[in-house]
Amino acid sequence: MSFSVTEPNKGTKWFAGVLVVGYALITIAPLLWIIATGFKSPADSISYPPKVVFDPTLEGYVNLFTDRTRATADMLEAEGEPQTWYERIVREQGTVIIGPSRYGERFLNSIIIGFGSTALCMVLGTAAAYAFSRFRVPLKDDLLFFILSTRMMPPIAVAIPIFLMFRNLGLNDTHLGMILLYTAVNLSLSVWLLKGFIDEIPVEYEEAALIDGYTRFQAFYKVVLPQAATGIASTAIFCLIFAWNEYAFAVLLTSGTAQTAPPLHPDDHRRGR
Amino acid sequence: MAEVSLTGVTKSFGPDVALDDVTMTIPDGSFVVLLGPTGAGKTTTLRMVSGLDAPDRGQISIDGRDMAGLTPAQRNVAMVFQQYSLYPHMTVRQNLEFPLKSPILKTSPDQVKRKVGEIADILQITHKLDNKATELSGGEMQRVSIGRALVRKPSVYLMDEPLSSLDAKLRADLRVELKSIQADSGATLLYVTHDQIEAMTMATHVGVLDRGRLVQFGSPREIYEDPVSIYAASRLGQPRINVLPANVFAGAPTGAEQIGLRPEQIIQGEGEDSFVQRVEHLGDQTRLHLTFKSHDIITVTNAHTELRTGDIVKIRPNKPLYFGANGARVA
Repeated sequence: MSFSVTEPNKGTKWFAGVLVVGYALITIAPLLWIIATGFKSPADSISYPPKVVFDPTLEGYVNLFTDRTRATADMLEAEGEPQTWYERIVREQGTVIIGPSRYGERFLNSIIIGFGSTALCMVLGTAAAYAFSRFRVPLKDDLLFFILSTRMMPPIAVAIPIFLMFRNLGLNDTHLGMILLYTAVNLSLSVWLLKGFIDEIPVEYEEAALIDGYTRFQAFYKVVLPQAATGIASTAIFCLIFAWNEYAFAVLLTSGTAQTAPPLHPDDHRRGR
Repeated sequence: MAEVSLTGVTKSFGPDVALDDVTMTIPDGSFVVLLGPTGAGKTTTLRMVSGLDAPDRGQISIDGRDMAGLTPAQRNVAMVFQQYSLYPHMTVRQNLEFPLKSPILKTSPDQVKRKVGEIADILQITHKLDNKATELSGGEMQRVSIGRALVRKPSVYLMDEPLSSLDAKLRADLRVELKSIQADSGATLLYVTHDQIEAMTMATHVGVLDRGRLVQFGSPREIYEDPVSIYAASRLGQPRINVLPANVFAGAPTGAEQIGLRPEQIIQGEGEDSFVQRVEHLGDQTRLHLTFKSHDIITVTNAHTELRTGDIVKIRPNKPLYFGANGARVA
């Protein structure tokens, strides 16, 4: 039996081309819609039927980054002509800017909490995974199952006890509290994933390093860690995405200093701030 | 360099006894080859000496110092592994520098550079120094791996079948290389293999291991000519020693149940008839597969022999080895 590759004819090529481009457009449409919504006025963005053609405006972004207050006609009169383009936009809503919003601060909180818990998760997770992978740990399988079992209940189911615990420990609305919470939730996942990655690294490399004159910790640091780097990175991304996107606990446990970016948005819309 | 001695070393892994009361002394500057099939305890012995595993019982000392409780780093040993020999995330140069830069040696940068250069020259890998370790061929990897052991001056070199993954030509080259490096440097070397040619060509001493027990320790010649058992006799010699019931030839001493005949212990042209089953021309020698009183015998003859299948050759034993029923040597 023989196979031959023949050049498809022109019609077939065109048809294939149209099919591919069509499929690409369908796939990319939601992303384009998200981007377009960013440039719609609040009214346009929730209108029904949805507006495909609209007047692009930066109103949404101005609302996100500024704090505004509703003003009476007299007050607007007293303000005089708007000086900048963004003042002009808020003036059309009948409001005036009273300062920057706390969005930047909250975005920073997201970064501190997201990256903080991810880093803590990686340090603890790698250490635990290495120990489970390399040493004879009593009841190893049971312990691993126990660690996994901490994920067998939706964390929000224990929201009330956690809320009370945080309040009593003074962890409410603190960076540390949120970092600890997300680390606790993510740690089981990272231990399991990282153990898999470390299991793949032959133990001979560490033994070679031990014989080459290094201590076990140095062998871990210089030989195991570099080889586990890709695994650690992909596990870190999992942890970061979870911590970054977590919403329910963020709303429940933070209100000011440690509030992250996502819980701000509903406020923004409801109060029209 | 140093003398290594093992005294009553025993090690079990669960119910399996890997080493059973092994006592041997590896003299300073010797090249000791441990021979035996898989599971005989060769690698376990190396790991005990290196400190990667601890014996259940017994004592290991290097240069007269008891090694109990010392880490591999403190023992100052170098080891070449059978596989996974190079750190894959480093270049060849970094691999060779690694032991020199250890916190124990802390070699100065000039020294590191000089030593790595020397070893790279000896092993002919200078042009590959800045390649990633994973970009090398199997032979080059193993050369670098041996280089990583040679780059420092440990008290003893441990090698675990370092040549087994290489092709025949490279293996032959490195065999000569290793032997001359060891002879020049006067290093003490403990080498594990199941390749008898490596044992015969490189060893000053051979230790024969059988299921965790050291059955014989001596020069390769001693083990070849004066084996303690059929097992030890079978470790060395190509083709293998022929073992037949002792009574097929006249003159067996009392207690001898089996007779062992190496090719050179079979005189052709005298004695009793045997039939030629097969003739194998290997170039430098010719192997004869004979049938003698319904027993198979393999021996060696003149490279240009005229013998052919079906011919009759007279044979008789010459100074054969005799073994008892349990395989132990009786005469």
